[in-house]
Amino acid sequence: MPAPIRLRELIRTIRTARTQAEEREMIQKECAAIRSSFREEDNTYRCRNVAKLLYMHMLGYPAHFGQLECLKLIASQKFTDKRIGYLGAMLLLDERQDVHLLMTNCIKNDLNHSTQYVQGLSLCTLGCMGSSEMCRDLAGEVEKLLKTSNSYLRKKAALCAVHVIRKVPELMEMFLPATKNLLSEKNHGVLHTSVVLLTEMCERSPDMLSHFRKLVPQLVRILKNLIMSGYSPEHDVSGISDPFLQVRILRLLRILGKGDDDSSEAMNDILAQVATNTETSKNVGNAILYETVLTIMDIKSESGLRVLAINILGRFLLNNDKNIRYVALTSLLKTVQTDHNAVQRHRSTIVDCLKDLDVSIKRRAMELSFALVNGNNIRGMMKELLYFLDSCDPDFKADCASGIFLAAEKYAPSKRWHIDTVMRVLTTAGSYVRDDSVPNLIQLITNSVEMHAYTVQRLYKALLDDISQQPLVQVASWCIGEYGDLLVSGQCEEEEPIQVSEDEVLDVLEGLLVSNLSTPVTRAYSLTAIMKLSTRFSSVNRIKKVVSIYGSSIDVELQQRAVEYNALFKKYDHMRPALLERMPIMEKTATNGPTDIAQTNGETDSTILDTKHLPSITHPASQANDLLDLLGGNDVVPVIQTTVPTKPASAGGELLDLLGDLSLTGGPTPTPAPSVPMSQPPFLLDGLSSQPIFNDIAAGIPPMTAYNKNGLKIEFTFERSNPSPNIAVITIHATNSTEADMTEFVFQAAVPKTFQLQLLSPSSNVVPALNQGSVTQVIRVLNPQKQQLRMRIKLTYTHKGSPVQDLAEVNNFPPQSWQ
Amino acid sequence: MIKAILIFNNHGKPRLIRFYQYFAEDMQQQIIRETFHLVSKRDDNVCNFLEGGSLIGGSDYKLIYRHYATLYFVFCVDSSESELGILDLIQLICFVFGQVFVETLDKCFENVCELDLIFHMDKVHYILQEVVMGGMVLETNMNEIVAQVELQNRMEKSEGGLSGAPARAVSAVKNMNLPEIPRNINIGDINIKVPSLSPF
Repeated sequence: MPAPIRLRELIRTIRTARTQAEEREMIQKECAAIRSSFREEDNTYRCRNVAKLLYMHMLGYPAHFGQLECLKLIASQKFTDKRIGYLGAMLLLDERQDVHLLMTNCIKNDLNHSTQYVQGLSLCTLGCMGSSEMCRDLAGEVEKLLKTSNSYLRKKAALCAVHVIRKVPELMEMFLPATKNLLSEKNHGVLHTSVVLLTEMCERSPDMLSHFRKLVPQLVRILKNLIMSGYSPEHDVSGISDPFLQVRILRLLRILGKGDDDSSEAMNDILAQVATNTETSKNVGNAILYETVLTIMDIKSESGLRVLAINILGRFLLNNDKNIRYVALTSLLKTVQTDHNAVQRHRSTIVDCLKDLDVSIKRRAMELSFALVNGNNIRGMMKELLYFLDSCDPDFKADCASGIFLAAEKYAPSKRWHIDTVMRVLTTAGSYVRDDSVPNLIQLITNSVEMHAYTVQRLYKALLDDISQQPLVQVASWCIGEYGDLLVSGQCEEEEPIQVSEDEVLDVLEGLLVSNLSTPVTRAYSLTAIMKLSTRFSSVNRIKKVVSIYGSSIDVELQQRAVEYNALFKKYDHMRPALLERMPIMEKTATNGPTDIAQTNGETDSTILDTKHLPSITHPASQANDLLDLLGGNDVVPVIQTTVPTKPASAGGELLDLLGDLSLTGGPTPTPAPSVPMSQPPFLLDGLSSQPIFNDIAAGIPPMTAYNKNGLKIEFTFERSNPSPNIAVITIHATNSTEADMTEFVFQAAVPKTFQLQLLSPSSNVVPALNQGSVTQVIRVLNPQKQQLRMRIKLTYTHKGSPVQDLAEVNNFPPQSWQ
Repeated sequence: MIKAILIFNNHGKPRLIRFYQYFAEDMQQQIIRETFHLVSKRDDNVCNFLEGGSLIGGSDYKLIYRHYATLYFVFCVDSSESELGILDLIQLICFVFGQVFVETLDKCFENVCELDLIFHMDKVHYILQEVVMGGMVLETNMNEIVAQVELQNRMEKSEGGLSGAPARAVSAVKNMNLPEIPRNINIGDINIKVPSLSPF
């Protein structure tokens, strides 16, 4: 059989292959030749064949059949064989195969070989891929070599020891004595690897860490020599003496000094020295400086030193080298929490980095900028960040937008600024904002009462420009629905009011409904907005038409809404204005205790905003349908206002149970003015689940007759709770002494501004004739200022086929109910 | 710790692959492909650090690379290595390649020829072994590294090397006197001129 071809020959041949297939063919042919050569047990050519095999392995072809051959090579006497054999073992073998255990004996022998290079090879192999068993067997040999005076072997033994410790941590103790005089070594290679070994031991064991703290003075001395020593040709790199070793020592000092006052004290001087004396014109100098900065920040250094460190980082930011800017930003990000003020000084440089070309630098600059925003710099920073948002990559936009929202929320100097900022984000990066920004923004707008006209005008104008960004469109349609009347009335204080007619507004909203760009959610928003405008605009017919069209929409959500709104037009027209009233100010808090009512009810709002609405009617202004929109609808009976609980299902269950006996024709169940959908209505749940709280502590509050007319008599009974004496619970009992039932009975009540009121659901809405039964309903009144309770009530019902409506004032409340 | 050292050319063809952590063969090739993909997309004026791809590491791994002419040198490291230090290390290794492979001494690292790496794959591994061992930096003194590599190469040569004809190999083994080869290498004995190095 002809001699196997040489490695170079093979390489040359393979490179002539023009296609992948050709290459594969050549390789397969060669593999076959190699296999037969292996079978012949030819010692002379084995090394050549294994070398070729390794080459093919690098190209990605299977080479496992050579594994045993590597072992044979290792066992050979020739240095060449051993060299390629060990390399093959490191590249082809690993712990998962048992075959490597066969190496252990060879390695053991080679560790004691007379030739140092053979010893070196075996140390290298053991240190690369030795398994735990091998390490256990051979740790003793390694430890012996760690104490040799041969620096070539000593440095390899040190790294091999690191590997042994990683594989078998219990053996760490074994190497402790050998470390005693490692640092007195002159050879830099040994020093370097010794520091690595010490670092590994300190990181793994706190005991070792405290033990090695005593080495700090020695390390400081070595570092000092490196800095102070003159030019040393052996170790010089660009004028700095062995920068690699300096960096290693600095890292070890960091570990030793962390959390320890004495060690940190001992290092302070040398750190200051390195920081000020190191030449920064080359990368090596900067590597040392960087490591120094990291060490200063990690140990208990004095504040002057820390400021020096941060200033170095600041200087790095101005460096032309982008790598240095990158590492500077990374470290500043880590230190901004602890040394905020010092980092603030470099804010303008950091903000400049937002304009860098490099993606990683931009990202870090963005994160750092958000960390540095505070009340003082919010205006300037936001300008920069918004500019950044305009021009950054799409990957950044979502994070940047959320960051801007958060910062704006925390530090907004004024409501107008806040709204402007949010609007700017929506118009520039509208499709990237997170989903929860829409309700948050809506809440923000609702709460900025004086800005409503301005906001709706701006949003309207934005809609005219662009309807593709869904979050923007959703917020805009919600606002137009709410404040459309302000829009057409042309009142706007903040900027030039625009003239827009009702039809134009409806055109825009209808446009959203039909546009292909709108998502189903957006369509739902615009349909509801159109519906709301029916109480604010005069062109009701047009709205009725739109609503009826969508009653047969394919989209189930739209269809449901349209059907409900239709019903509202047809059967419940008298309730429409109240239902579609302005939303009250919402609170975001999730936990409101019973005495901590932050919600306002519709009555307060109506006095501020809508004078044309029926005054003093407490419709807990949950425009139910809006609420349903925001929550994506539910399948509770639509017209009934319910707070769709996002709380545990049990609450919802109770609610549904209560409504279970109500028919579709029932009046709205007044429920507490809900806050942002996500929060729970505390009253409701309390009322449902914990009636017993309201024991008759003030037993003996006499009941009273609030109303008695036309056969309808309404009585009030009282309870006041012990834990919250500001709350009075009134139960009304409505009875009917006429011969005909009173159907569709709705009781509504309003209280003066200083009170707050909550109506729970009535027991039914039919008051049976001839006093055969009664309708009861619970009212809870909060009276924090203990003023005299007064109430205005409104009753609507149908009697003998004709609707009846009546208003009355109730003033004769017994004093015990409110004092 | 250095997890892997990958050297490939502008087309992604591997020139030196060394993993210091176990990966199955197909995984290794996939990592090479993915790394090439990430690194070749990079512009020349961006920084040399990349958060690692999904394959080779989780959150702790970074890719640090340098691009010289037709070769990419990529180191995959974890947070225990200094980023700037690794950049220096890559330069050092290139210098060493330049020293060992090129006869005249004034060559700087940019002239490391890809062909050298291609045709001397085994030698390249041996050189690397003197710099990085088990994923940790072993020696950073260029003269030391070069000296040790040269000595070992000489040993190999005296045995006939990989390509030696069988007869020569046998006689070489007979003639080689292993115990005589010195244990301690004294820098003073070896005559290596310090090259004028281009700036780091």
